[in-house]
Amino acid sequence: MMSTLLKLEQVHTHIGQYHILQGVSFEAKTGQVSVLLGRNGAGKTTTLKTIMGLTPASSGSVQLEETLITKHATHQIAHRGIGYVPEDQGIFGALTVEENMKVAMRKEDDMARERQEYVLELFPDLKKFWKKEGGYLSGGQKQMLSMARAFVNESKLLLIDEPSKGLAPVVIEKVMEAIVEMKKQTSIILVEQNFMMASRIGDTYTLIDDGATVHSGKMSDLVSNEELKRKYLGIG
Amino acid sequence: MELIINLTINGLATGMLIFLLAAGLTLIFGLMDVLNFAHGGLFAWGAFSGVWFYGLTNSFTLAIIGAIGTGIVLGFITEKLIIKPVYGNHIQQILITLGFMIVLSEMLKVVFGPNQIAAKTPPLLSGSWEIGDVIIIKYRLFIIVVGFLIFGIFQFILKRTKIGLIVRAGVMNKEMVQALGINIKQVFLYVFMVGAGLAALGGVLMAPYSGVIYAEMGMEFAILAFIVVVIGGMGSFPGSLLAAILVGLAGSFMAYYVPALSLAVNMMLMAIVLIFRPQGLFTAKG
Repeated sequence: MMSTLLKLEQVHTHIGQYHILQGVSFEAKTGQVSVLLGRNGAGKTTTLKTIMGLTPASSGSVQLEETLITKHATHQIAHRGIGYVPEDQGIFGALTVEENMKVAMRKEDDMARERQEYVLELFPDLKKFWKKEGGYLSGGQKQMLSMARAFVNESKLLLIDEPSKGLAPVVIEKVMEAIVEMKKQTSIILVEQNFMMASRIGDTYTLIDDGATVHSGKMSDLVSNEELKRKYLGIG
Repeated sequence: MELIINLTINGLATGMLIFLLAAGLTLIFGLMDVLNFAHGGLFAWGAFSGVWFYGLTNSFTLAIIGAIGTGIVLGFITEKLIIKPVYGNHIQQILITLGFMIVLSEMLKVVFGPNQIAAKTPPLLSGSWEIGDVIIIKYRLFIIVVGFLIFGIFQFILKRTKIGLIVRAGVMNKEMVQALGINIKQVFLYVFMVGAGLAALGGVLMAPYSGVIYAEMGMEFAILAFIVVVIGGMGSFPGSLLAAILVGLAGSFMAYYVPALSLAVNMMLMAIVLIFRPQGLFTAKG
C-alpha cells in the first residue's frame, strides 16, 4: 500500500474576482505519476499553482505528508520538497543554462554537484548548450532545462505542467523518457493534454471539469472507459 | 578642443551622480515593480548626513560610509513601512512614495534646519590640474572614477555571484524564482536597501560638487533619475549608466551652446528614445 504524499481537500481558489477552483480534491501517492486531466480552462494549471502557493487557496486544504501547506509561502513549499515546472517553462532568458541551474541549486557542495551531473545525464543536450542564454534555446531544450532545474534539488514531488505542449513528437519521446527516469526518484503530478503520453506514464488520474474534481482512479481504468474519455476529454 | 574636453568631464561627473541615483531606482523598479518617488529623498538624506558626518569627523571617507549607512537604514524603514503595503499597486505606490518624499524633505528641515547648508570639498580632492588649456577639476574626476567603480562592482555582483544571478532572475520572472525556493521578499528588501545606499552615496558626492545642499534637491535629481531609468530601460543596470552619461553630457553641452534648451534637453532625449525604442536602450527582461 503506497502512502499518501499530497492531499487536496475541497480546494477553492480565486484569482481576482474569478472563482477558478471550486472544489478540487485528490491524493497523490508516493512513487507514482498522478495525472491531472481535463479540457482547456478546467483548472489544472491553477491546481498546480495553488499547490505551489502561487495562487493560494481561498478555502480547503493542501497537505504534504503530515504538514498542512495551504498557507505557506511559495519558497517554503519549495523547501519542503516540491519542484515546479510551469507551463511556460519559466526560463530566465537572459541567463545561460549554467546560470539557470545555479539559481535553482540550493547547495553547492560535492553532493549537489554530483546531483547536477546525474540530472545532466538525463538531459545531455543541456551540456551542449551550457553557456548559451536560455532565451535562445529551442522549445524542447527549454522544457528540458525547466525540468532539470526543478529536479536538481532532491524533491519529494515534482509538479509538471504540460511538458509536451508545442513540442515535436521526437522531443516528446525524450521528455517522456526523462519523466520515467525521474519517477524512479520522486513522485510526480503531471498536467497533460496529450492523452497518449499521459496514459503511458501515468499511474493514476484525476479528471477536473469546471474547476472541480469529477473523477479519480487508476489510469488503466480510464484508458478502457470510453464514456469518461468522451465526456470529459472529448476523445474516444 | 579644450572646451569640449571640459564640457565632457562636467557632463560625465553630473551623469555619474545621476547614475548613482538611477542605479538603485532601476533595480527597484526592475525587480520589485515599484515606482519609488521617495528615492530622491534618500539622495538628499545622503547629502545632509554626509555633510554632518564630515563636520563631525573631518574625514570624507567616514562621511561617505556614514551617508551610505544612513541611506541603508532609511531604505530598510521605507521598504518595511511604506513600500511593503503597496506592492503590486502602482497608483498607491506613486501616491504614498510622493507623500513620503515630502516627509523626508521636511524631516531634513526639522533635523538640519530650513536653510541651505554649505558643503566643503575635502582638501585632498580640492583644486584642479591644468593640462594646456584643459582644466580638470579633481573632484569631478573623483566622481567619475567612483561612478565607474560602482558600476564595475555591481556588474561583477550581478554577473558573477549567486545573489546577483537571483536578482537578475527575479527581474525576469519573480514567480519562478520563488518556486525555486528563494524568498523573493527578502531579496526585495536587500535590493531596496542597497538602492537606498547608492542614492545616499550619490547625495554625499553631490554635496561638495554643488557646494550647497537643500532639502528639495532630492526631487530635482529624482526627476532626472527617472528619465535615465526610462531611457536606459527599466531594470537594466548598464542601460542606466549609458543613459545617465547621455543625460549628463547633453545637459553639459546644451547649457553651454544652447542654454535656453538645457532643461528641456533631457525630456527631448527621452522622447526620441521612446519613439524609436519604447522599451529603452537596454532591456533586462529575458
